[in-house]
Amino acid sequence: MTVTPLGIPRRLLEFTLDGEPVRAPEGSTILDACRAAGKDIPTLCEGDTLTPKNACRVCVVEVEGSRTLVPACSRRAEPGMRVRTGTERARHSRKVVLELLASSVDLSTTPRVAAWLKEYEAKPDRFGPDAARLNEEPKVDNDLYVRDYDKCILCYKCVDACGDQWQNTFAISVAGRGFDARIAVEHDAPLTDSACVYCGNCIEVCPTGALSFKSEFDMRAAGTWDEARQTETTTVCAYCGVGCNLTLHVQDNEIVKVTSPHDNPVTHGNLCIKGRFGYQHVQNRD
Amino acid sequence: MDLHFGDSKPTDEERAAVDALLGPPESSWEGADRSDADLRWARGGRAARDRRDLLLPGLHALNDRVGWISEGALDYLCRRLTVPPAEAYGVATFYAMFSVRPRPATVLHVCTDLACTAAGAAGLCAGVEARLGPGSGVQVERGPCLGLCERAPAALVIRAGEDPAGPAPGNPGGKVPTGPAHGDQAGGNAAGKDPARPAFAGEAVPAGGVPGGSAPGAGSGAGDTAPGAGSRARDTTPGVGSRARDTTPGVGSRARDTTPGVGSRARDTTPGWRRDIPRATAVVAPATPDATVAAATAPENAPAEPPPAAAVPQAGDPALTLLRRVGTTDPASLDDYRANGGYAALRRAFALGPAGVIREVTDSGLLGRGGAAFPTGRKWQATASQPDHPHYLVCNADESEPGTFKDRVLMEGDPYALVEAMTIAAYATGAHRGYLYLRGEYPRALHRMEHAIGRARARGLLGDDILGQGHSFDIEIRRGAGAYICGEETALFNSIEGHRGEPRSKPPFPVEKGLFGKPTVENNVETLVNVLPVLTMGAPAYAAIGTERSTGPKLFCVSGSVARPGVYELPFGATLGELLTLAGVRDNLRAVLLGGAAGGFVRPDELDIPLTFEGTREAGTTLGSGVVMAFDDTVPLPRLLLRIAEFFRDESCGQCVPCRVGTVRQEEALHRIVERTGADAAGDVALLREVGRAMRDASICGLGQTAWNAVESAIDRLGAYE
Repeated sequence: MTVTPLGIPRRLLEFTLDGEPVRAPEGSTILDACRAAGKDIPTLCEGDTLTPKNACRVCVVEVEGSRTLVPACSRRAEPGMRVRTGTERARHSRKVVLELLASSVDLSTTPRVAAWLKEYEAKPDRFGPDAARLNEEPKVDNDLYVRDYDKCILCYKCVDACGDQWQNTFAISVAGRGFDARIAVEHDAPLTDSACVYCGNCIEVCPTGALSFKSEFDMRAAGTWDEARQTETTTVCAYCGVGCNLTLHVQDNEIVKVTSPHDNPVTHGNLCIKGRFGYQHVQNRD
Repeated sequence: MDLHFGDSKPTDEERAAVDALLGPPESSWEGADRSDADLRWARGGRAARDRRDLLLPGLHALNDRVGWISEGALDYLCRRLTVPPAEAYGVATFYAMFSVRPRPATVLHVCTDLACTAAGAAGLCAGVEARLGPGSGVQVERGPCLGLCERAPAALVIRAGEDPAGPAPGNPGGKVPTGPAHGDQAGGNAAGKDPARPAFAGEAVPAGGVPGGSAPGAGSGAGDTAPGAGSRARDTTPGVGSRARDTTPGVGSRARDTTPGVGSRARDTTPGWRRDIPRATAVVAPATPDATVAAATAPENAPAEPPPAAAVPQAGDPALTLLRRVGTTDPASLDDYRANGGYAALRRAFALGPAGVIREVTDSGLLGRGGAAFPTGRKWQATASQPDHPHYLVCNADESEPGTFKDRVLMEGDPYALVEAMTIAAYATGAHRGYLYLRGEYPRALHRMEHAIGRARARGLLGDDILGQGHSFDIEIRRGAGAYICGEETALFNSIEGHRGEPRSKPPFPVEKGLFGKPTVENNVETLVNVLPVLTMGAPAYAAIGTERSTGPKLFCVSGSVARPGVYELPFGATLGELLTLAGVRDNLRAVLLGGAAGGFVRPDELDIPLTFEGTREAGTTLGSGVVMAFDDTVPLPRLLLRIAEFFRDESCGQCVPCRVGTVRQEEALHRIVERTGADAAGDVALLREVGRAMRDASICGLGQTAWNAVESAIDRLGAYE
């Protein structure tokens, strides 16, 4: 139940996608055009509510005249551009990038990645048993959410969501450099000592499960997390008058986490601490 | 912005270091004690946020004074600039020269890069550590190239402490406190009149209000500028002119090259927290364990470096163009510079007009010397024609490519040439503000450039009305803090702006959206210095030098197994063999690395490669930034390749996956095969190729795209691991 704003009309531009002429509204990215044409390009760091950081590089495509491959998620389509999405060169880069990622972090809770690894015949094990991994213990320092950097691919989505793109809290940033770079709060402190306001919008955008509800984290640890048994119900938050949409994820008659529809034109998937985490009273049955 | 600051408080010393840069805080909103007035109104916000670009100088100020950056210090700096502490922490941890953990005030950087490794850096490190022993109060850090390859092995000592020259250690070159929102009004006039802007350098600050010094910069403004000019600078332009130091009489008599700030200045001497030990730096090259230990324990007494001309074996040769003043002209004397042809090019530029200058540069065929070889005239034209204003000029002096040191020698030996060339570039492209982004490991170049800029400003060669021609331009120096990636043009913009030095994706290109999101022309030092002969001899005469497609003279940094390492100037078209003969190449040459760590190896039987952009391309290699490193057969090639891989792993910013993880996987593979060849190595060589190909194709910037070049060329051309 959402209303999608149509926006102002935009001119169409023409370019070639895998040899086929396509038309896309001015300002669209190559990825938009690919999706409109029914082509599936893997993406990880791209988010529907955020400006793409194009850091993961799994969506690279070949653009004629470009020395390197270009990220489909952020490169705008231009008239007359010739784009090829499934060339050997592009597929090779995607495969190696998936291998590099899967060999350095835990992608077990990243949606669709298993299928991509198979499709691109990626073999993350071939870097050997000594390949450096993050191998970090999850940071559990509060009752609301868990940071499991062993699953973090440094997509910057949480940084952008916490920063000037949505929340304007600026509690998290990337610290360090290179392979040692990590998402961190100021001074690498526990979350409870940071500027975090526990809106959970970073969890909402995290593509890998590196940020998760404590409830989900605990249930996964106990082996009771089962998405197949969960229902999702979208409703209106009752706390204040804004009317944000909440999607309640319910398993065995218990709310296990709360998300928000990204296509809601008011909130775009963002909530505050009450809407995101303040659901225990609903199921207080004492 | 509702920022959260923890409970950590800065020490008096940390507070003084920040206040020396920013002036004292005006209200409790930026960290002062709370007053009655603060209870009634809130202040800060945009005015403070617009100074975000002072974050890097602020981190330098703390690091220079204390040696590391504590939580309290970082929070105080953030409060002053309205920067979220998490972001500032991300910036502080990005740079190799900063530490957010306590460390001794003295840090000894020992270069372990290619030339130094070949010259015995490992033994130097071991010797130094054995002599220093535990508890020496000196932290030894093995690090990337220090740009002293002609004098390998090299070491750099940096001791934190109070700046003996005054309270502005982190702000070399004179901060012009004009953020992007203020445009680039000449000299920051508007900014100076902005009532919301806290007291700054050059503005009235209550005497004694800053521990460790009275009004930062106020004294220097008066001292450095000519009477009249000084008062003008003080009235209207905080920073411009005011921080210009170095012009007090007796340049030569000061402790040379040891501090970024020099010049005498009256100041408080009372605070009890003051360190007895002043800040000092010392460069030791070629370094022996004994000399290095002596310099580390007493950097202020370290013997002076050899003069810049020592790095130019051809010094004094009248046939030189770019290097002709190195060693023949006093780098401290503006008069000497003018007597040797200085500022003739600028006068010609004013005669030609901006469009005429661009036409001349275009006709000269000048290609960028930083490595990418982009036509300079086209870049200038593209920037000049942008309707958006202001335009900025950035000089990339973050020369960090292992094996490269020509920009250092130019800046140390002929600093006014760069000032003049930047003035011309700004005039042609319509920029009124130029940033000189100078790498943090070059204390003497920093000092020389600060001095030259200060003198030029005092003499009306920078400022509001240059040579009475109505052109307004000023230069601000920004000191890097140890990050090779900041030599990438867009990463450099992020670094200046106070963000992590991560490259941006292109398009948009800098000519359209560069520094502060405005049209920006960015050139390397050598490129800019080439503009002077273009204008003095005219485009046709300049284009007649070199070859048809690579015009003009070119600087080459020759190091390694040669008798006379140094910077050589040759017209494009000389062969590699001719250059090496000039430098006195030793027998048993095994390989030559062209273009630095991002370049490629060639064999000793390929010395007839012409040193031109097209000639090296045809030979399947690259000229890059002009690095020529010779290695004889005593150098273990696999170790060298491993060092290159280590370098890229260390210097990757970590933003994109192919580079962040790919550099690690390549280093691991090279470790595995360091002692192996043939079939034993074949699997890992294949792996290297696959990863390297994806890095070249899919990385965001040139660092990841070129990280595999040298190793690949060693495998293909030299037969490494066969």
